[in-house]
Amino acid sequence: MTLAEVKDLLEAKVVVGDDKLDTKIHTAFGADLMSDVLAFARAGCLLITGLSNLQAIRTAYALDIAAIVVCRGKPLTDKFVEIAGELGIPILWTPLIMFEVCGRLYREGMTGCIREIRIEDKRSVSQE
Amino acid sequence: MSPRNEYDSYLQGSYEVHGRDFVDAGLVSSQIKKGLKAKGIDEDIIRRVAVLTFEAEVNIISYADHGTVSYYVLPDSIIIEAIDTGPGIEDIDLAMQEGYSTADDSIREMGFGAGMGLANIKKSSDILDLTSEPGRGTCVKCTIMLNGKVPNGE
Repeated sequence: MTLAEVKDLLEAKVVVGDDKLDTKIHTAFGADLMSDVLAFARAGCLLITGLSNLQAIRTAYALDIAAIVVCRGKPLTDKFVEIAGELGIPILWTPLIMFEVCGRLYREGMTGCIREIRIEDKRSVSQE
Repeated sequence: MSPRNEYDSYLQGSYEVHGRDFVDAGLVSSQIKKGLKAKGIDEDIIRRVAVLTFEAEVNIISYADHGTVSYYVLPDSIIIEAIDTGPGIEDIDLAMQEGYSTADDSIREMGFGAGMGLANIKKSSDILDLTSEPGRGTCVKCTIMLNGKVPNGE
């Protein structure tokens, strides 16, 4: 799927990256927690998040993520747009909720960049 | 604990990180990544360095007053050192467990504090050497082996 197709499917606005709409994307990762993105997302995937701070962009840059979809219509600051442009991370913005975004993409054949967390990663920890 | 430079590196950098400076979290990671990309280092290696430095930076910002994140490119490896003057880690084994976190709400609001940091640092390193003195600080030293993936033209 191209980023242009993702944009149409999600009724999204291209905030950054008009020149990268032909980028091909096959996998995605959805989370608001950048700790989990840093631990589990993969290079080249689409990041779907409701976190619209600079850390979302810097996380995407660290991992070579192809583009970010900011969902739930979260407001974007000028600084967010500026840093995304500077680091070359395309930003799509949509009022759709994360569930709707994931559902539409999945229906069209996009898959998760990983399917599940491996069993040995699932230890539960008692904090007290 | 203070930074040291005992490595025979041909490329290096050191960045200061201030505690509670959440707005800039990830900035050092981005700067180091840009620098390494310009030197033509393998992109898989750079990605691991960027993830490691990001996690180390967030740890310093979240828990310490002050710290430094440094990288050293050696002929066969890249070393990342994150040294802080924080409270230290009482129980390193517990802190290494995924999901264990002492983060407060201000950290979680920024999208961090899930208790994945140290485990992810370990996963992204070939060698991890973590030392901590409660009440004084923590030193995280990570080594990534280049395995022949030497930079272009170096």
